[in-house]
Amino acid sequence: MSMMKIEVIDRRTFLIGAGASAATLAALSNLAHATPDQAAAFLAKLTGGAQPAEGKVKLVMPEIAENGATVPTEVSADSPMTEKDYCKSISIISTKNPKPHICTFHFTPRSGKAVAKIRVRMAETQEVWAVAQMSDGKWYIGKTTVKVTIGGCGG
Amino acid sequence: MAKARVKVPKTAKAGEIITIKTLIRHKMESGNRKDKKTGKLIPRHIIDKFTAKYNGEKFFWADWEGGVSANPYCSFTCKVDKSGEFEFIWHDEKGEEYTAKAKITVA
Repeated sequence: MSMMKIEVIDRRTFLIGAGASAATLAALSNLAHATPDQAAAFLAKLTGGAQPAEGKVKLVMPEIAENGATVPTEVSADSPMTEKDYCKSISIISTKNPKPHICTFHFTPRSGKAVAKIRVRMAETQEVWAVAQMSDGKWYIGKTTVKVTIGGCGG
Repeated sequence: MAKARVKVPKTAKAGEIITIKTLIRHKMESGNRKDKKTGKLIPRHIIDKFTAKYNGEKFFWADWEGGVSANPYCSFTCKVDKSGEFEFIWHDEKGEEYTAKAKITVA
């Protein structure tokens, strides 16, 4: 029966309906979740307004995360890690979680490599950023997208 | 409630960069979850800082938010040059601290 009902809705009506519910959904998710704008605002605060350059920092996450509650994540930066030239920190920033800032790792030349692994929560399918600061004060950014099957931030 | 586990190689060569793996049992309550019975938000309760020291030198640390998974796992590296001890400290935002230690022999 329900199948038949769908068939009689013409394309225009369907699109209007779908558009409206998408708008409602977007409004609802704005209440609970950060937006890319909030992530950009956090990034600007972190870097003091400096625009990070693409490259040097890598963010590795699974393409598809079946369980958003625990998504294995690896960050690394291309740096010699010497007293004169090392990566000071890498932050992981979410564009769709309730809060943009997930975590920040701080490194020293003693670290040997600027690399860290952690497991993070992903509320929904989204773009994630890794932002690194080098000892010369320069900022770099790397991005990836994760498809989330079941969100991991509770409801 | 928290229980920490660390994995540090027992031996290493001088100048070697070793990988350290750490895990602590903690619910990392994000503050975004609702109690299913009352419908109220469960207050945030997380480990917000992790610190790693090698012979007293703080060489790696991390700031964590609610986006870090429950029972946080964290791995990182250290360049070792002499035998000694690692110390790991997890700081809970309620003020509690959990520590773990591990020895390494560097030849």
